[in-house]
Amino acid sequence: MTSALLSVNNIEVVYDHVILVLKGVSLTVPEGGVVALLGANGAGKTTTLKAVSNLLRAERGEVTRGAITYRGERVDRLDPHALVTRGVTQVMEGRHCFEHLTVEENLLTGAYTRKDGRAAVARDLQMVYGYFPRLQDRRTAQAGYISGGEQQMTAIGRALMARPSLILLDEPSMGLAPQLVEEIFDIVRRLNREEGVSFLLAEQNTNIALRYADYGYILENGRVVLDGKASTLTENADVKEFYLGLGEGGRKSYREVKHYRRRKRWLA
Amino acid sequence: MDLLWLYAQALVDGLLAGVMYSLVALGFVLIFKASGVLNFAQGAMVFMAGLTFVSLMELGLHPALAGLATVAVMVALALAVERVVLRPLVNQPPIILFMATIGLTFIVEGATLSVWGSTPKLLELGDPYAAFEVGELYIVYSEFYAAIAVAALVIALALFFNKTRIGRALRAVADDHQAALSVGIPLTTIWVVVWSVAGVVALVAGIVWGGRLGVQFSLALLALKALPVLILGGFTSIPGAIVGGLLVGAGEKLAEVYMSETFGLGGVENFFPYLMAMLFLMVRPQGLFGERIIERV
Ligand SMILES: Nc1ncnc2c1ncn2[C@@H]1O[C@H](COP(=O)(O)OP(=O)(O)OP(=O)(O)O)[C@@H](O)[C@H]1O
Ligand SMILES: [Mg+2]
Repeated sequence: MTSALLSVNNIEVVYDHVILVLKGVSLTVPEGGVVALLGANGAGKTTTLKAVSNLLRAERGEVTRGAITYRGERVDRLDPHALVTRGVTQVMEGRHCFEHLTVEENLLTGAYTRKDGRAAVARDLQMVYGYFPRLQDRRTAQAGYISGGEQQMTAIGRALMARPSLILLDEPSMGLAPQLVEEIFDIVRRLNREEGVSFLLAEQNTNIALRYADYGYILENGRVVLDGKASTLTENADVKEFYLGLGEGGRKSYREVKHYRRRKRWLA
Repeated sequence: MDLLWLYAQALVDGLLAGVMYSLVALGFVLIFKASGVLNFAQGAMVFMAGLTFVSLMELGLHPALAGLATVAVMVALALAVERVVLRPLVNQPPIILFMATIGLTFIVEGATLSVWGSTPKLLELGDPYAAFEVGELYIVYSEFYAAIAVAALVIALALFFNKTRIGRALRAVADDHQAALSVGIPLTTIWVVVWSVAGVVALVAGIVWGGRLGVQFSLALLALKALPVLILGGFTSIPGAIVGGLLVGAGEKLAEVYMSETFGLGGVENFFPYLMAMLFLMVRPQGLFGERIIERV
């Protein structure tokens, strides 16, 4: 494994001074890696990403223990602006485009922190349109009126405009048709290989995330319960059963899996 | 025929006054859009900017220099507000921030009074009686130029918002401040910028209003005139502030003339805008241009 780009060491996160949500999460994203953060609703995926990007404080959340280092520097006391300038940008769950701005204006806001001049920004705008040709067709449309898939592309494109080394991608598959999800993950892979962007991606869709990631962490109730290479996780019996909906004897009935999940959550 | 000219004159006077209502409303809209704060202190800022400007001129400063110095004062106020009021109160409910701006109102007014004193000051913007005529309409030069200056300011603001990096960032923050944070737009910088811009708008308002009414404490009460404008135009819309101001200005003058010509009633203009606003609230609570809430399924 190459050197660690991001490492999260045993962090604890508390919301509103009392609600303990992460209870000691550790993970590593290697330079050039695609790492998946998996888990059910409320497991703490979004909270982990926001702890890294420092968007937590805007929600009255706080890292109360542990450390986060990016390229060897402690970053858990910085603000989001400082993180973006260092090369870490988050694509938020639910896309969060600027609805009244056009698609192109959305992309340009992504370049807010850059100091390398208009020409470089214009070049990267073309780069983004190269990856997402559909956005070029819709560039003058207000982002509030484009389709969900186009909004997801806009959100990813906007993050790219900051020229990040690491993108924290939260639930890119949310609410999108399977074909479109595949398309978006393909682009993530291309961005990883061609532009050298590393990804930490949070997903409930374990199946697709493990197909595209190199490494995965499974989060339950604010703790990492399992981690390993994507290929190893895919073969793991528990993962198959609880996250991929596949039991010992082939595919289990959906009902059964659901039932089991519910019971497990009760116990936890 | 005479009556028609009378109404036409009322309309013109109303629109010229309306431009200035727009100006005060504009200050509110800018701050409300970018920080979700209803800034009660906008009127006090008009008073502060106007009085600072005139007093500096009385001290012998060239008007341009006095203007620049006042802008510097307003930027300093913006920095102080960001540091002392907004930053500590971030993420508090809007009502708390609103209360904070009420406190700010008294501080700004009090500080202005103790530095410059409470005597009303005259601001001569050329001969107050010089006028030109169009048909039987009588238009005072100084008011006419004030309207042009306001129009220029509005165009400059529109360009700033739509064509510059900071302007785009301001609109982004107004749309979704979390997403703005996520792409690295620092909210604190944006707040300082909008409060500074609102300070400049307050200075222009202070000058044009001061030119009409004298620069005095009552300028601070102008804020109240902006409320019906905001209700008509919508709290989040710059075009709404402009059109709302014109509507209120024209409406109150026309109503005044109509009521006194027809029924011999006077003083209608004092409450007519509020009446208009209340009726309007019932029909279209988001205002004429209230930003359309985009909902997709
Ligand atoms: N601002 C907040 N204040 C209080 N509690 C919160 C806040 N945000 C999240 N939580 C709680 O933290 C826990 C983890 O939430 P988080 O959003 O990180 O989960 P997630 O894994 O991203 O879930 P999902 O898959 O539904 O997005 C949940 O129990 C949630 O209720
Ligand atoms: Mg989430």
